[in-house]
Amino acid sequence: MNNYARSENQETFVLNLGPQHPATHGVLRVKLTMDGEYIVHAEPVLGYIHRMHEKMGENRTWAQFMPNTARMDYLGALSYNHGYALAVERAAGIEVPERAEYIRVITVELNRIASHLLWFGAFVLDLGGFTPLLYAFDDREKILDLLESVTGARLTFCYFRFGGVYNDIDDEFIAGTTAFIKRLRERMPDYHNLVTKNIIMIKRLKGIGILPEEMCRRYGATGPVLRGSGVQYDVRKNEPYSVYPEFDFDVPVYSECDSMARYMVRMDEIEQSMRIVEQAIAKLPEGEYIAPKVPKIVKPEPGDYYACVEAARGTFGVRLVSDGSNTAYRLKLRSPTFSNMSLYGEACQGMLLADALALMGSLDLVIPEIDR
Amino acid sequence: MSMLAEIKEALSAVSPVTIKETDYKTKGYHLDVAAGPDQVVQCAEVLTGHGFFLEAITGVDWLGQVARMKEAKAKAAAAAAKKLAEAKAAAAEAGQEVPAAPEPVAVETVPEEELGEDPMEVVYDYNTTGGELCRVVVRCKVPRSKPELPTISAICSGANWHERETHDFFGIVFTGHPDLSPLLLPEDADFHPLRKDFTA
Repeated sequence: MNNYARSENQETFVLNLGPQHPATHGVLRVKLTMDGEYIVHAEPVLGYIHRMHEKMGENRTWAQFMPNTARMDYLGALSYNHGYALAVERAAGIEVPERAEYIRVITVELNRIASHLLWFGAFVLDLGGFTPLLYAFDDREKILDLLESVTGARLTFCYFRFGGVYNDIDDEFIAGTTAFIKRLRERMPDYHNLVTKNIIMIKRLKGIGILPEEMCRRYGATGPVLRGSGVQYDVRKNEPYSVYPEFDFDVPVYSECDSMARYMVRMDEIEQSMRIVEQAIAKLPEGEYIAPKVPKIVKPEPGDYYACVEAARGTFGVRLVSDGSNTAYRLKLRSPTFSNMSLYGEACQGMLLADALALMGSLDLVIPEIDR
Repeated sequence: MSMLAEIKEALSAVSPVTIKETDYKTKGYHLDVAAGPDQVVQCAEVLTGHGFFLEAITGVDWLGQVARMKEAKAKAAAAAAKKLAEAKAAAAEAGQEVPAAPEPVAVETVPEEELGEDPMEVVYDYNTTGGELCRVVVRCKVPRSKPELPTISAICSGANWHERETHDFFGIVFTGHPDLSPLLLPEDADFHPLRKDFTA
């Protein structure tokens, strides 16, 4: 398919894609040097919505920074809540009760499904199919209703607290979640019949947008991008945190390295997240949902600490440097899309523009998370 | 041989880096490597050669912190000495055995003279994707007056953007980097917002 060979005297032109373009999934600009419909060189231009969250961390208390985490990855905000909470809990030595850990896992996994569903709809939209977006939104709304009932927000969650969560889950939430999973299980075959087996989809994705394993490693890509390139790496398994070791789930891996592989990884992850939620609900222990003795003002010991979680798009890492005061001395937020996107320029050289857009969609970009 | 021991041995071949094993449970990483600007590239080569990938690069500005930490340490030492003296006195009064002095707290390596009092630090986070869990942190201190160290973007392509970001925020220059133009800041930005003396 990609048989582009540049001749010596071919003229090129520059095409600006974005920063306001539906296919860029946010305020991202890509400066494309084109030869006809083929891309000679691509340079992503970032920073349009850069807000310096890391600096904000230095003049807010540890707890005050929690809402900021949700403003980075607004589609999978609970994973970001989780990563930040883990880092501060590690630094300040705060224990989390078991029930709180289970609630965390349930809500994070529901949020992951919601994020993947939105990606599914938007990705098919990139390829020209509109209807699946409506199906995906229908299911996603159900999750947002459930999460709203416990967190009070639909998107920019600030649900986690140091030592637990803000609110306990009730029987209504559990019944709603069980009903939702039953419903989504019945809908997944529809998704696969409608989209996965669609010949246009297959032709647009199979064998196109190849990201070799070696390239993913060089760029530090993680999450479904790396797993679509045949690497079995998932923070939940490789570096277990919270109560993930309690659950039986698989890490979907496809080794085709193409856009289809990344699509399949996310579709399978929806199923695995459903399994985790089911098990967590079945095993949900009684007890506190937040540790009773968490200091009002958190003051970690001086030093630096690191914690990371598997967010919907890959490894979200928090490196914090504490000087013993109630604010961070330095807060580094390692976002997965930043690394995943950095390979885009190299990956789409010699590709057709339409395929490069499919590749971009398969990376599942959330721009506020790159820009921070 | 375990991954940790293997990588420790390979890194010690890169002289003269200081390697410290840290407690993963409390810190979140296994190995803490203090390298000079000359060894950063060699460390990257060794680690990628052992299957590690670069997770992130970041900077820390230690403006005024060295003095503050010295003060805090002296205070803590004085408090500990006082407590020990009190315990000794109490033990002597009760006729019990005199408690032994607690083990001295390990003192962190004092920055070399050339770094001055307020160095800038560049921190590299490495991780593996399989096998035994092993996280390696490589740190490099550079003088604030001339914050320069070589790029590793030729070894880890992902370092390209991370180094550009670090240059944006801290003004640290990565020599040999193909393009250090602002990544997240405006294209004409000449300020470094994460420096501690930055005021908007």
